[in-house]
Amino acid sequence: MDGTERLFERMVHEHQDRVFAFSLALTGNRNDAEEVAQDTFLRAYRALVTYEPDRIRELKQKPWLHRIALNVVRNRARGTRPRLVELNGSEPDHALGPEDGALLKIEMDALAQRVACLPARYRNAVVLRHVQELSYEEAADALGQPVGTVKSNVHRGLKLLRGDNDDDSDN
Amino acid sequence: MTTLTTDLKRLGDVKAPAGFADRLLAHVGMVDSYASFETVLGTVYVAWNGEGVSAASRSASPADFEEWFRKDVGRQLIAADPPKDLAAKIEDELQGRRRMRFDLRGLTPFEQAVLRKTREIPRGEVRPYGWVAREIGRPAAMRAVGTALANNPIPYFIPCHRVVRMDGKIGNYGGGGPDAKRSILTLEGVRVKRLEELARAGMRYQGVKSTKIFCYPTCHTGRHVLEKNIVWLHDEASARAAGFRPCKVCRPAAVA
Repeated sequence: MDGTERLFERMVHEHQDRVFAFSLALTGNRNDAEEVAQDTFLRAYRALVTYEPDRIRELKQKPWLHRIALNVVRNRARGTRPRLVELNGSEPDHALGPEDGALLKIEMDALAQRVACLPARYRNAVVLRHVQELSYEEAADALGQPVGTVKSNVHRGLKLLRGDNDDDSDN
Repeated sequence: MTTLTTDLKRLGDVKAPAGFADRLLAHVGMVDSYASFETVLGTVYVAWNGEGVSAASRSASPADFEEWFRKDVGRQLIAADPPKDLAAKIEDELQGRRRMRFDLRGLTPFEQAVLRKTREIPRGEVRPYGWVAREIGRPAAMRAVGTALANNPIPYFIPCHRVVRMDGKIGNYGGGGPDAKRSILTLEGVRVKRLEELARAGMRYQGVKSTKIFCYPTCHTGRHVLEKNIVWLHDEASARAAGFRPCKVCRPAAVA
């Protein structure tokens, strides 16, 4: 196993939960989330093998992976894909632990679904800021947008999630 | 207000599903996956990764296969559901239709050359070790060819059982010993007994009087020759002296 592969293995183990949670919030269901998370790491791997050692050393893995995941979701959205499938909590998972654990999971899935249904620019901003807890600066960097834009998108997204969409939400 | 942001924060604590990292590493070819398949040869364990099929063995149990794989191939291995077309590909390969991709990365260039050449031997035919050595441009490396074939990580699919000794002995076999080699060849339509008898009698090539071409005994171009046209030849020199030229398909000797 060469250096890049070892680095990648470490990266997967360190960031898998974060990337999966991010994908879940962006897609709204666990099947899509797993696909997005897997795609994200595959792209990361394909990029890593072409990078010079210097570039790899300077790489900020967290924002980098977030950027890749956003691109994966954006590209998938271009294909037609029905939203709001399997509202009732998907199939029972093998990891259906103690009662409250299962409940929490259903709650989280429902929330993820609501978040995923937001218009993309609000969704991305809200998820980066509040699910992934990036700073506004980091979120702006990952999205390639000015900080002010991100702030206002987070604000509107949260407002939509709370259900008071008096200022016109759009597509 | 606070509950929404707290909930969102908890959403960020969701864990990746069990086995996610392993499946991912398997996908890029850093960890191999395996499953067992029921085939004409019985239960065969097959390992694969993003590059292709990486190993096969008729191990007694999953644990045996895993142990052998880790020692022989030297990568990690996880049990997995096979890609949906793999079972069909395995079936086709064993029927003689070549569809598989292989991952031979762990092997030396010489070993890879030996295995690639071996793959060209058609089902129902055999070639001597020396043929493989000559074909890959290393005519003196017969023993090394034998070693490379003995260490073939993907027997059955890379048909090392189709390489036999010139003196009529069937030769050793990494995929389960000489008896297994004999039975697999028989299954493929090779008349092993006849082949052994011919070789013991020193009849190495089948010459055809009408065409003046000589072949290996199992070459498919010689399969429908009339009995009266067949003449058995002991070696290349006497064949050439008698006016025969080597077959261009099975290439029993360098075509001059």
